[in-house]
Amino acid sequence: MTTTESTDVLIVGSGFGGAIAAYHLAAGGAKVTVLERGPWLKAADFDHDFLLGSSYTRIFDFVVGDGMSLLGGNCVGGGSVVYFAAMPRAPRFVFDRVSATGQRIWPESISRDVLEPWYDRVAEALPITQQDWNDVTFAGGLFAAACAHAGRTANPVPAAVDRTKCTNCNWMMSGCRFDAKRSLLLNYLPAALAHGAEIRPLHEVQKLTRTEGGYRVHYKVVDDVDYRVYAGEGEIDAKIVVLAAGAGATPVILQRSEPELGPMPRAVGRYFSGNGERLNTAVVDEDRARELLGLKRGDGPAFRANQIGKGPVVASWDTLDASRPTHSRYSLEQLYFPPGFGTILAQVPDATGPSWFGKEKKELVRQWQSWLTVFTMVEDDNEGVFGPPPPTGNAVRISQQMLGRGPIRYEPSANTLRGWAESDAAVRDILERDGLARVMPWTNDVVGAYTVHPLASCRIGDDPQTSALDDGQELRGHPGIFVTDGSAVPAALTVNPALTISALAERAVPGIVKAARDRGVNVSYGAPAPGGETAGRRGVQAQLPGLTGL
Amino acid sequence: MTLEAFADTIVPGEKRSPDDRAVAGVSAGGGAVAAGAIELLETPATGISAALDDYAEALNRNAREYAEGRGLPLDDAVPPFVALPFEDRTALVQELTSPRHREKELWVLLALFSNMAFDTAAHLHTTDAIAAGHPGLAAMGFLGPGEDGLWRFPDFSYGRPLAEPHPDTTASGSPA
Ligand SMILES: Cc1cc2nc3c(=O)[nH]c(=O)nc-3n(C[C@H](O)[C@H](O)[C@H](O)COP(=O)(O)OP(=O)(O)OC[C@H]3O[C@@H](n4cnc5c(N)ncnc54)[C@H](O)[C@@H]3O)c2cc1C
Repeated sequence: MTTTESTDVLIVGSGFGGAIAAYHLAAGGAKVTVLERGPWLKAADFDHDFLLGSSYTRIFDFVVGDGMSLLGGNCVGGGSVVYFAAMPRAPRFVFDRVSATGQRIWPESISRDVLEPWYDRVAEALPITQQDWNDVTFAGGLFAAACAHAGRTANPVPAAVDRTKCTNCNWMMSGCRFDAKRSLLLNYLPAALAHGAEIRPLHEVQKLTRTEGGYRVHYKVVDDVDYRVYAGEGEIDAKIVVLAAGAGATPVILQRSEPELGPMPRAVGRYFSGNGERLNTAVVDEDRARELLGLKRGDGPAFRANQIGKGPVVASWDTLDASRPTHSRYSLEQLYFPPGFGTILAQVPDATGPSWFGKEKKELVRQWQSWLTVFTMVEDDNEGVFGPPPPTGNAVRISQQMLGRGPIRYEPSANTLRGWAESDAAVRDILERDGLARVMPWTNDVVGAYTVHPLASCRIGDDPQTSALDDGQELRGHPGIFVTDGSAVPAALTVNPALTISALAERAVPGIVKAARDRGVNVSYGAPAPGGETAGRRGVQAQLPGLTGL
Repeated sequence: MTLEAFADTIVPGEKRSPDDRAVAGVSAGGGAVAAGAIELLETPATGISAALDDYAEALNRNAREYAEGRGLPLDDAVPPFVALPFEDRTALVQELTSPRHREKELWVLLALFSNMAFDTAAHLHTTDAIAAGHPGLAAMGFLGPGEDGLWRFPDFSYGRPLAEPHPDTTASGSPA
């Protein structure tokens, strides 16, 4: 017989959305339980190793859908453990975007100005700092110099990296061995634990049902090595449920719950955005890099440094121009993907045979040290839709770890395709100019489009037809269920999303606290940053009455 | 042998001996086979190790159909896919992995693991693979670790401004 436990607040997922909610509610005095599908690893467990079963595959979830593949974190700390820690704020125009029918996409109540103090809160907590040219790696430097050569600007990107600890090993995607990357394992999560929150790794939530005073959360326990195998199951009752399983998983849990919870808002599992992502690989001509850009490394070569460094350190924001039409606004960011993730989809320029495998591809791979990857984030059209949920989790697992087949369908609209084509042309203009490099976008033919920034599958908004959540991130028609992860962000951001997801989660917390209090939980709002700093808390003070309805 | 020929189509290499039939020998240096593609495919962690016989059978069935459709004679001494010349192996794999092929997902998976054997040596500890001169990592020029088996690059930056930042950058370093 299954025994049913109970808690005040049950949080699903321990990424940005989950960790932030967990900290504040625990610090405010609620009994908080976090269920996380993946394992719990710490610095010493983060391997520099591509062996299947090392942290490179243990802490990832790669879900192949129909026309779109999603890459995300699968561990305590979620995407923050595998991310590159580029943390820019979203440009102002993003919040003013309107749909094809002329409707505002974001809730009326949210703008860049409104989010600014919430961004500050997160920046203080992680913390996020502005990198300078001394932090910029060879790859970032080359991209910046190429931008300048093409008459464009380029910025060092603000990042959640402790520069004194970073060794530029470029194994960030396996988790940071040196605790230089400010993942949630170093701030919100330990602070939540210190306030009594309980985090259970390898607990995969399947569905919610209703109880007298709240919800019952049904989970299965996942085997530590073979994630296809379940080792047990259980259920926990909670007065408040916060879903933060990520934009690829949260809508699936709600869809699976629908028969028992009752009808979901129409927007659950619709309007998914891949943040308009697109990747191009350039092969840099070493001589041209030296002659045209005047670049030279201490030990001789001009570049040949693909392997050296850290995630994105330089971005070009020239096309983040509010006056440009939607879909023509995008940022370009230099990036590194390790072999495996970063080699398979790269295509051979002017291939006469197949472009992603075969003889010519092998020659391309031989030049790997001279590769430079450029990442585009354009405004897409929220084309993604989730089909019927798989039996468990958010995918049918194929491999022991990492790889699965999921229910998402994505067919890029003509607008999205145009945005990608324009940004591809811009990348070519920057990097092929004067023979500096040869460039090709990654192929979409193999696993569809791909995203590491899934968004908007359960989004906020003012119109109940097109948004699953109100502007306090509460699920329409299901009071007491909140969503604080990337699925709440209503549309592409044109920059990396983790900071905006986090700022929104911070902003949602006062409303969650109020909902918990209304259900008899003795909890208050007002914790400082996880490290004890209070500037961020002071900054958001003015908005609190509106958010808690007090 | 059939799966070796498949892996060699994804990342071709040089023949291991003059009478090597599986490896077509169209590229200098080791390819996916020498890099350990079969060892990787046989690793249970991939999730397809138990299905390899089915894979080989299906590939040969597709190869036979391909050859019949084009009136190509096949040497009976080796499996049909191995009997195909490299160009035809390539054309068939292109067909099998093309967006609308009904078996696409199966073949993409096999291709992904064949690739990974070459560019990550995913069946070995990376430090061991490098020490053993793994052909894929060597071809890529993948730099090795320090004595403690961890990577560090103290020399990583040109260390000087290389572009003008965007004029509207805010105090936080973000776009306006
Ligand atoms: C390689 C890579 C690099 C990235 N780099 C950057 C970057 O530089 N800057 C940036 O802004 N963003 C980056 N991102 C994106 C960023 O990581 C995500 O946007 C962010 O983590 C999303 O936060 P979230 O709270 O929505 O979900 P996540 O952080 O994905 O957290 C969701 C958690 O829920 C868990 N979960 C899923 N299903 C269940 C279930 N059924 N039960 C229990 N738990 C479940 C997952 O295991 C996961 O831990 C990167 C992502 C990747 C993959």
